[in-house]
Amino acid sequence: MKYETVIGLEVHIELATESKIFCSCSAKFGGEQNDHVCPACCGMPGMLPIVNKHVVDLGMTAGMMLNCHINRTTTFDKKSYYYPDLPCSYQTTQLFAPVAVNGLVDIETSQGKKQIRIKQIHMEEDAGKLVHDDWSDTSLVDFNRTSVPLIEIVSQPDLHSAEEVIAYLERLRSLLRFARVSDCRMEQGSMRCDVNLSVRPEGSNVLGVRTEMKNMNSLSAIERAIEYETARHIDAIENGTEELVQETRRWDDLKGKSFSMRTKENAGDYRYFPDPNIMPVVIDDEWFDSIKATLPELPEVKKARYMGELGLNEYDAQQLCDSRALCDCFEQAYAVCGNAKEAANYLISDCMNMLNKAGLTADQLTLSGAGLGKLIKLVTEGTVSRPNAKKILAALFEQDVDPETYAKDNGYIVSNDTDLLKTVVKAVVASDPKTVADYKAGKEKVLMALFGRCMKELKGNCDPQTLREVLIEEVMKA
Amino acid sequence: MKIYLAKADAAGKSVALDDMILTKALPTTAGSKMLDGYMSLFDATVVEKLEQAGYSVAGKLNVGEFGFDVTGETSYFGAVKNADGAYVSASAAALDEGEIAAVVTLDVNGAPRRSAAQSGKVFIKPTYGTVSRYGTVPVACSGETVGVMANTSDSVKAVLTAIAGYDCKDGTMHPQSKIDASLRDAKPQKIAFLTGFDTDEAVSAKLSAFKTACESAGVETAQVDGSIFKLASSAWNILMCAELCNNVSRYDGIKYGYRSKEYTTIDELYTNSRTEAFGDELKAAILYGSDVLSTKNYMPVYDKALRVRRVLVEAFGELFAQYDAVVMPACSRLVYGDADVAPYACYEENVYTAPASISGLPAVVCAGVQIVGKAFTDGMLLELAKIAEEGK
Repeated sequence: MKYETVIGLEVHIELATESKIFCSCSAKFGGEQNDHVCPACCGMPGMLPIVNKHVVDLGMTAGMMLNCHINRTTTFDKKSYYYPDLPCSYQTTQLFAPVAVNGLVDIETSQGKKQIRIKQIHMEEDAGKLVHDDWSDTSLVDFNRTSVPLIEIVSQPDLHSAEEVIAYLERLRSLLRFARVSDCRMEQGSMRCDVNLSVRPEGSNVLGVRTEMKNMNSLSAIERAIEYETARHIDAIENGTEELVQETRRWDDLKGKSFSMRTKENAGDYRYFPDPNIMPVVIDDEWFDSIKATLPELPEVKKARYMGELGLNEYDAQQLCDSRALCDCFEQAYAVCGNAKEAANYLISDCMNMLNKAGLTADQLTLSGAGLGKLIKLVTEGTVSRPNAKKILAALFEQDVDPETYAKDNGYIVSNDTDLLKTVVKAVVASDPKTVADYKAGKEKVLMALFGRCMKELKGNCDPQTLREVLIEEVMKA
Repeated sequence: MKIYLAKADAAGKSVALDDMILTKALPTTAGSKMLDGYMSLFDATVVEKLEQAGYSVAGKLNVGEFGFDVTGETSYFGAVKNADGAYVSASAAALDEGEIAAVVTLDVNGAPRRSAAQSGKVFIKPTYGTVSRYGTVPVACSGETVGVMANTSDSVKAVLTAIAGYDCKDGTMHPQSKIDASLRDAKPQKIAFLTGFDTDEAVSAKLSAFKTACESAGVETAQVDGSIFKLASSAWNILMCAELCNNVSRYDGIKYGYRSKEYTTIDELYTNSRTEAFGDELKAAILYGSDVLSTKNYMPVYDKALRVRRVLVEAFGELFAQYDAVVMPACSRLVYGDADVAPYACYEENVYTAPASISGLPAVVCAGVQIVGKAFTDGMLLELAKIAEEGK
């Protein structure tokens, strides 16, 4: 019999805010254990939650990027369960009126284009982390991550294969990175995904027994987990190897297997209720419009524009559109220099090289787009030579310097002094009669050696075409 | 009998705090073994405001465990009784000693109002959201309010003026502009006495005396059936226990507070710590609160209680369209014996106090009666208290 896999996803995204959701502690990843904590995020009595407005901004942004309806009155609720990494023994989340509902996400797979429905996006706080100490054989709690803001994006069960799931997750990541909602790094846990999966005979409209899988730390792990779990379900249905029960399972990527964590019978009752300490957040037109105005052009729209209006090839356009930071820098540079091809080249080759060397991602690029534009102008006008332009770019990459001032201060301006040029060329030609003779004898390649020495004497500050012409002239005269 | 849990060196105008209000200098226990010796890392906003206004904190006063009982009888540190063997609150007993100007105390379930009515003190539970709850041990956050008890309405007013005002650390506060208006000296014209609440004769006599005082001061009085407000008690019990159950869930023995010595697993650590450190009345409230929030009971019980809250707020609104304030008893009797503080008594004795708790309206207790007013008419309610004082 043929089977259909039915998958719904719950994706947790850590928001790119400076501070936590209800207190002013830093929301940065890492740091010494329990460095980013205060009485509020440690669950001490007497602290009251104050909603971080930036969290709501980003929740709305995510909702708009995923074509959701934004709830103009959104409320927070408490979800109770006991775990040592949850200091209040309740998590503040959204159940009754989440920030965004009823969205749509376009995906494309080898089977073609498809839309995945979003049920809702809600804002909530993250939990802390348990660290097992082998020395004392105890578990210790690190509250740094406690109350770091998250959104949870809940899809409808519209996905039917690992390929669709990966396409959906990549699409979410691209949209949310583009809108600067999150850096969406699975390896650092700023994007996490729970997979709800069931299997049914093809053509059936009755859903099978559903299991929820957690703990996949990469897209490839998600792919493996879906394939394993689908096979396990089919095996259970066809061969009765085990009885399928509604449960939460933990994926073990090393073993390549999922293991039962808790069944539905053992699941606690979360006793949700509205948080009386947080007033309903009312999103007025002004707030709504101000967020709407910050939404970026979608990556595929940008790509088409770069190829159509600006004449970039598909490869370059795609490279730029993989990162919002590259796009922003490119567009600023283009606005200054009017030369799309040059701006794309500098970003895709030179800047990406420098980012790689510094161990940074494209999204972490801080290069001034205007600076890059000015530099390209200096190059195309012939004021700065290409080799020197790379040195200026390296400086610009480190800090926001003015390219022209920097070029002047460091002697990188192309000289129009033809007398100086002639003097240097004459001296070089006179110093190496052997090479000159070789050239005259027909070995044209050796000219490059003389050219290079002249360029070095002139510190790169001359027009290569002029140098070449003067050099040939002097060699022939010698 | 334990009135003071901790005493500070009082200098100048001194005020005592009940032990629901967190202080850096003195332990805060909320009357529970769970928090015995707990030292807060920060002061409550009301403590900072008192100090800014030139008051000093004289000490911390005993309260019932997490402050929701009848009159302090469930404190881990023991109940307070007077010479006649009647139960009294530590706040009233401390004021009787005459060294402090006032007590700042959290009104969770009406205990300070009952206590003030019985001991002849003046107490105000101000409009919800006019005094910061930042730094108070949370129990029933949607209705509990920091209030002031003193021997005279002038003292109450002075201390309330010091602690009221906007605080950005409490997201449920009203803007400053509204709070300023709360202490205006408006003269009440017409007040209603609610009927339908059963009390003993001593309480009835207090109500009659207050009526006479009001009438001789030129305030028009009327009688109105207040039976609908008796619904407040059961609805408030649901909301209060739900919030309480959630708020005390943070005391798990992990981070601070009491931890059992007997455990091998995390579940045993939780269960044994809470079993050993929580009193019976609190455990019952936790169970009740968990039950009303369960998936099965949320809509038929908890959600319905929220709807009753709305109905009662609207019923008050209708009354306040005609009357400046309503008068009702604060307690069933003026003396509490053992039977009156029996287990679960607080869920019935709060029939008088729950209407103002659930609606967030200001309530003043004076001369043994309770006056409930429109939001932000705290000043006018204190004017009525003054009439009662002058009519004595």
